[in-house]
Amino acid sequence: MRAILSELEARRDEARAGGGAARVAAQHAKGKLTARERIEVLLDPGSFEEFDMYVTHRAVDFGMAGQKVAGDGVVTGWGTINGRQTYVFSQDFTVLGGSLSETHAEKICKIMDMAMRNGAPVIGLNDSGGARIQEGVASLAGYAEVFRRNAEASGVIPQISVIMGPCAGGAVYSPAMTDFIFMVRDTSYMFVTGPDVVRTVTNESVTAEELGGAGTHTKKSSVADAAFENDVETLEQVRTFFDFLPLNNRAELPLRPVYDDPERIDLRLDTLVPELSTKPYDMKELILALADEGDFFELQAEFARNIIIGFLRLDGHTVGVVANQPMVLAGCLDIDSSRKAARFVRFCDAFSIPILTLVDVPGFLPGVTQETGGVIKHGAKLLFAYSQATVPMVTLITRKAYGGAYDVMASKHIGADINYAWPSAEVAVMGAKGAAEILYRSELGDAEKIAARTRDYEARFANPFVAAERGFIDEVIMPHSSRRRILRAFAALRGKRKEQVWRKHDNIPL
Amino acid sequence: MFTKILVANRGEIALRIMRTAKAMGIGTVAVYSDADRDAAHVRAADEAVAIGPAPAASSYLSVEAILAAVRQAGADAVHPGYGFLSENAAFAETLAREGIAFIGPPASAIASMGDKITSKALAAKAGVSTVPGHMGLVEDAEEAVRIAAEIGFPVMIKASAGGGGKGMRIAWNEGEARDGFRASRAEARTAFGDERIFIEKFVTDPRHIEIQVLGDQHGNIVYLGERECSIQRRNQKVIEEAPSPFLDPETRRAMGEQAVALARAVGYFSAGTVEFIVDGARNFYFLEMNTRLQVEHPVTELVTGIDLVEQMIRVASGEKLTLSQEDVKLNGWAIESRLYAEDPFRNFLPSTGRLTRYRPPREGRQASGTVVRNDTGVYEGGEISIYYDPMIAKLCTWAETREAAIDAMVAALNDFEVEGIGHNLPFLSAVMRQERFRSGRLTTAYIAEEFPDGFSGVAPDAAASQKLAAIAAVINARLQGRAKQISGTISNHARVVGKDWVVQLGDISHAVTLSGGAQAEVVMFRESEARVTVMGAWHPGQTHAHFLLNEEMLGVKVDLAGFVIRLRVNGMDVRARVRSPRVAELAKLMPIKLPPDTSTMLLCPMPGVITGVTVKVGDRVEAGQTLATVEAMKMENVLKAERKGVVKRVAVSAGQSLAVDELILEFE
Repeated sequence: MRAILSELEARRDEARAGGGAARVAAQHAKGKLTARERIEVLLDPGSFEEFDMYVTHRAVDFGMAGQKVAGDGVVTGWGTINGRQTYVFSQDFTVLGGSLSETHAEKICKIMDMAMRNGAPVIGLNDSGGARIQEGVASLAGYAEVFRRNAEASGVIPQISVIMGPCAGGAVYSPAMTDFIFMVRDTSYMFVTGPDVVRTVTNESVTAEELGGAGTHTKKSSVADAAFENDVETLEQVRTFFDFLPLNNRAELPLRPVYDDPERIDLRLDTLVPELSTKPYDMKELILALADEGDFFELQAEFARNIIIGFLRLDGHTVGVVANQPMVLAGCLDIDSSRKAARFVRFCDAFSIPILTLVDVPGFLPGVTQETGGVIKHGAKLLFAYSQATVPMVTLITRKAYGGAYDVMASKHIGADINYAWPSAEVAVMGAKGAAEILYRSELGDAEKIAARTRDYEARFANPFVAAERGFIDEVIMPHSSRRRILRAFAALRGKRKEQVWRKHDNIPL
Repeated sequence: MFTKILVANRGEIALRIMRTAKAMGIGTVAVYSDADRDAAHVRAADEAVAIGPAPAASSYLSVEAILAAVRQAGADAVHPGYGFLSENAAFAETLAREGIAFIGPPASAIASMGDKITSKALAAKAGVSTVPGHMGLVEDAEEAVRIAAEIGFPVMIKASAGGGGKGMRIAWNEGEARDGFRASRAEARTAFGDERIFIEKFVTDPRHIEIQVLGDQHGNIVYLGERECSIQRRNQKVIEEAPSPFLDPETRRAMGEQAVALARAVGYFSAGTVEFIVDGARNFYFLEMNTRLQVEHPVTELVTGIDLVEQMIRVASGEKLTLSQEDVKLNGWAIESRLYAEDPFRNFLPSTGRLTRYRPPREGRQASGTVVRNDTGVYEGGEISIYYDPMIAKLCTWAETREAAIDAMVAALNDFEVEGIGHNLPFLSAVMRQERFRSGRLTTAYIAEEFPDGFSGVAPDAAASQKLAAIAAVINARLQGRAKQISGTISNHARVVGKDWVVQLGDISHAVTLSGGAQAEVVMFRESEARVTVMGAWHPGQTHAHFLLNEEMLGVKVDLAGFVIRLRVNGMDVRARVRSPRVAELAKLMPIKLPPDTSTMLLCPMPGVITGVTVKVGDRVEAGQTLATVEAMKMENVLKAERKGVVKRVAVSAGQSLAVDELILEFE
């Protein structure tokens, strides 16, 4: 018996050695951790239970019969983050470059199926050279099996992808279908076709970093939600992020003890909105002032900075926040900001995370590139996402809420439960000057008359009370009491239930 | 006595004056420019009058605007504070003509002391020691040598039109005097087109020490001891104290008596200050007389127990001084630190913007017997505007001894929270902890000598690093302890938070083991086996907390950015990462990244119209300095320098429309 036991230990050791000492050293030399080391950082110490450690591939072509390594390039299993369950797969670049074989894919599918049955999230740590070319279509089939599961799990369990090395070709579409993508700066990249193919086909010379590095995907393409400095920091951040998420779409939201006073008054908010309506201010200050302990996890911080999205806690409960940022493009809505916020609203709604919307929006960005780029359809995404959301929604208008953008930004009419406004709010069809110029076109030549008309319009509409008189605003609140009011509003909405008409699914303007 | 005083000033000094006026039962009137509509001094006053647009020239410096406000409010006296109209003789005269009392000295004294040459001549005539020198112009090198020998070496040879060190030479002997004269004159000719040269005594190891005088309209004048203001940066006082650690009673009396003699000579009444320069041998020479309440007057109030503003008001209303020279006793030691909105890490570049956090330390008498006083005109959520002085507050501490007053200042600075703008708190803390400052070896060149390369923060030494590591370990333990209390945890596998941690603090890692309970945590450093007992009620979300480390109490600013724990105390600013030993080991494998190469170009971040470029080719810019403004969506966006550099090319001009990423500026 003892011999059998030590045989088990030997086989385990063999599997744990991955691609061997030389390849592990090479991985370290690149500034990257191994698949198992990454799991150690991600999960609570001692909580990881590994499955399918001894799985090997079944390919024989191109000399593959002699290249079998236990585990076949991916480590799978489950463990906990601060005591809460999650399934994990971590691709092992030291084994055949982490390439995806039929069996490699089967291991991933297995834990995805378990995650779906048991209602726990899946975190994928991606570090793979791509398809295992030696296996041909079997490898492609493997990818597709994962893709289908990504789609099926969407909206049922949270799926997080962490890109920690190469992720190219078809491999990118699994992360792309998950809820969140985090990247490691300088050591990870994602693209459908790499620099070599790009050069051959389009004659464009570009580096892997420019084409698909963390900078590109956090600033330009918006494929990634955030990027961090190195493997360890990235995984530590994923731990922090995980604490905001429910385990599945039917689970209660996580609740954590808070040290912040739900009745906290913040007098500085009374002077947050500058007197000059053209002067910007930092909406993040309001977000941090409202959040428990000033703790805010921002997503897509470097993309479409005219809108802010992310998670915070209010009285210990997770809340998603969407906020116009007057510091950038005056906080207007455009193609990018609409897309960014729409997807976030959809995630929150799918997982019953209440949404707080902070509004200071002068309208949609005018311009040829916007119109030809399809701002109509992209703007509609955000409008659709809000209109269709059934989670508790609280909206606070701090300053401008003009035109169609007012309707879009979680107005009463499209389903927000509680709509607050600061006394500085201006709910109107447009800015006073623009309105006067349209209404009194015949007086356009007379600057004085137009100025007088502008003042009239301002006096009538540049305030929250016209909207409040109609009940579109539930209450005009003091800025300093915003936290207290919003926390109470969400507390009152905790029992919110909204029946929906049966349909197969909606048809969001994708 | 007056019934209503208008304070023709703003900010902390307006509040300071109103406080005394209120205590005396006198009504207060504030004046405010457009930029100060929501200012603290406006809210503190019984009534407030608008006096015009933000620029001081058309509001606080406008005699007509102030006069109109006085009439409108029906005030019977005006206190000018310092700066603005406080030393404007014409303003004082105008008020006199209107029958309004000016709470300050007679206009004649303001006028005679306002002129450098007249005041020096008057001082000399009144028997006040002045810097020996040759008032006339020097004709040739030989005359220069003769005059220098008369004055006594070292001497300063300087161009009449000089400035910025140009055309200036110090000579320690005849040879240097001869050469220095020629060099200065040559430089002066080319630099200023004016070759007139002066010679005066060069004061070695100069200290700035000033005497506070107080007189009434009945000829009584006393001096209230001195203030030392040697800690200056570019002639701007930064730290002041009373008394001076340098003066002996004889020198103090001699300086005080000369100051009173000068005041008497010009018929002075109200509060005034006679500034002296004092050399290493305690020779003192008259510099100038300030005919107003000084910024740094609180240190004198703290050591004499006299309310200078009250005395000024009483004197202005014609009352006699009730104290004689014998009544003036200097008690204990007071220090003042001027908290400026100037970023010491960016070469003290003024920083403007919103005070997102402003929490001064608790004022009044502390448990230890020391006193904290904070004179300020700002509040949390308020704005430090571009229009006025960048001073945020004057923080003063008083104690029985100088050492205790410095320690109290160290603690008060640690307890002072200011966020949203750059400020010099870390710099003040750094000075307070310097051995040279603590031993009182001050000169006006102190900052230039002690910080020749500017200020880049205080690096923790081994002992400090250990203390900070202990605090970080305790903070992390509380965060971990809270994190595991999240709902929805799995049932049979409770998260166990370990006791062994590694604190990474800069380049140093401390392996620690925690023990003890909620009351006092013991942090044991595994390498040295040193133990630090940490007590402190910090909980997540608190941005400032007191920690008792063994016997030492530290007020620490705590900021969490994800899992990074930022700690600020005693001028130090560190970021700690606390990890399990295993994760710390793995973290060692992570590559060390050099700061990214920031581009040498400023690109337009958004489509918009350039409304202004505030730099030109060849300008040396500091990080954080405004470079250009872009208007987009009718909003003004300020583009600031991300780092130091020299402007190589300006690619745009105001009014030009730009698309995203179009070039605005290029740096060398």
